[in-house]
Amino acid sequence: MLDVDLKARVGDFEIEAAFRADAGITALFGPSGAGKTSLVNMLAGLEQPTQGRITVRGEVLFDGDQGIDLAPEQRRLGYVFQESRLFPHMTVAGNLSYGRRLVPEGIAKVDYDAVVDLLALEPLLKRRPRTLSGGERQRVAIGRAILAAPRLLLMDEPLANLDAPRRAEILPFIEELRREFDISIVYVSHNMDEIVRLADQLIVMSQGAVVAQGAVDEINARLDLRPLTGRWDAGAVLTTTVAEQDSRDRLTRLSFQGGDLWLPHVDMAIGSPLRIRVHARDVSLALTPPSGVSVLNVFAGEVIEVGQDDGPQVDVLIDIGSPQQTHLWARITKRSQRELDIVPGRKVHAMIKAMAVDRSGLG
Amino acid sequence: MLTPLEIEALSLSLKVALWAVACSLLPGIAIAWLLARREFPGKALLDGVVHLPLVLPPVALGYVLLVLFGRNGPVGAWLHDWFGIHMVFSWRGAALAAAVMAFPLLVRAVRLSMEAVDRRLETAARTLGARPLRVFLTITLPLTAPGILTGVLLAFIRCLGEFGATITFAANVPGETRTLPLALYTALQIPGGEAGATRLALISVALAIITLVASQYLAKQLSKRIGLS
Repeated sequence: MLDVDLKARVGDFEIEAAFRADAGITALFGPSGAGKTSLVNMLAGLEQPTQGRITVRGEVLFDGDQGIDLAPEQRRLGYVFQESRLFPHMTVAGNLSYGRRLVPEGIAKVDYDAVVDLLALEPLLKRRPRTLSGGERQRVAIGRAILAAPRLLLMDEPLANLDAPRRAEILPFIEELRREFDISIVYVSHNMDEIVRLADQLIVMSQGAVVAQGAVDEINARLDLRPLTGRWDAGAVLTTTVAEQDSRDRLTRLSFQGGDLWLPHVDMAIGSPLRIRVHARDVSLALTPPSGVSVLNVFAGEVIEVGQDDGPQVDVLIDIGSPQQTHLWARITKRSQRELDIVPGRKVHAMIKAMAVDRSGLG
Repeated sequence: MLTPLEIEALSLSLKVALWAVACSLLPGIAIAWLLARREFPGKALLDGVVHLPLVLPPVALGYVLLVLFGRNGPVGAWLHDWFGIHMVFSWRGAALAAAVMAFPLLVRAVRLSMEAVDRRLETAARTLGARPLRVFLTITLPLTAPGILTGVLLAFIRCLGEFGATITFAANVPGETRTLPLALYTALQIPGGEAGATRLALISVALAIITLVASQYLAKQLSKRIGLS
């Protein structure tokens, strides 16, 4: 769908990126200064690569060899910026219809009411941007970009300027958007929790280069990317479905390939898909099936890999799935590792505290 | 209340100032845009030329206009031969002199206001499918409106007060180029004309104050309207 292969100079910094993004949400992840925003600006036509090629659904947006470089307004890529960039002299309604009026002849317009409904913008329509809260502004910016009927939506850290509650308020809208409008999104973020919740594919950038790309859970399971994907936040991604609601204990059962996981109540319908991230720091290991412990979630598995680390702790990769592999990370001290003789091939029991995977772990 | 002569000078002043500002508005915005948004060779020179009337003695500027736009001047002869328009001894000349003197004030106000427009809004508009001209008309220009208003009113006041360039270039013809300041000057030349001069001075002060107050008020209203404050 989106094919990128380009080189660029930004200041005294080289960007070299080749990747492919398919339908769905593709996350562009990396530490700040990795060149994510520059890369997205090049997709949008706001910065120029020195060479290479960018195509969307077969249409060439940039080709250094052929001298093709479409202007931003010809690319028809929606762009949601970190700072919403709403037009202050127009009402919310005026902002929303700005791009919609400019959709070229012959291209299907996006249903205005549907977007207003989905993003819950109805009460804001007559207001001016400066009277809106940060979260409301971002919702309007998203709506405005969608209504321009883009081929692809670029989102550059759209939630970075918002506090945690606002972020949690917007995330469902973005998920809903993808479902309702079947739009592909390139989502730039340095927040792995956000990415795990939203993205299908993950592209990891570091110092201007794409260092890895693949499915979100695969990339998260890779030990060699650990310095980039985060240490404290490291964790495995489980793709689950909501299986049962226990109203008495206010718990929810999620089923996945490795078994069942009990969590504090998750307000979702039974059968809904849910991707969660289990942080390595919340998983502990035992050699025998534990009894008399308060931990609800215990999985039998086998050690696959033990990470190398200079610190007092190590990360251990465990497979708890059968028949297919399902990965879980556990962070234990080096002393425990030595005393329990945790080496690849060792049978272990992984324990996850139910409280550990709370709402914040969900998004 | 006002004598016929005073009414004549006042209405002539208003006519000259209105024409001067109306005709310099579009070129003023264009040059402000060039200075605010473009890089080109000779930009510093253009900037200097635009600001020249602020630092040059008005009489010298009037003389330059006379050389260029006089009956025998290169532009003046051409205007006369092709359109039958003459500038000297005409209210048009007074308007031209006033326009040139007020131009830097207009350009400066518009330019400052345009420079303050967040360019990221302009790029956002491009990503929504707007070509540069549309971006200018729908984003840059409306957000510059308060600056344009300020510039227009400042230029207007400056035009009302123009004296040196006008008298040098367009001369002091009653009913044609004798604007308020020139009428005031003339009154002072006549023995016993002080009373008349005082009245004319008071009219000028009133006019300037009304325009300034209106400018402040309108600029505030406009800023509110376009959502800037």
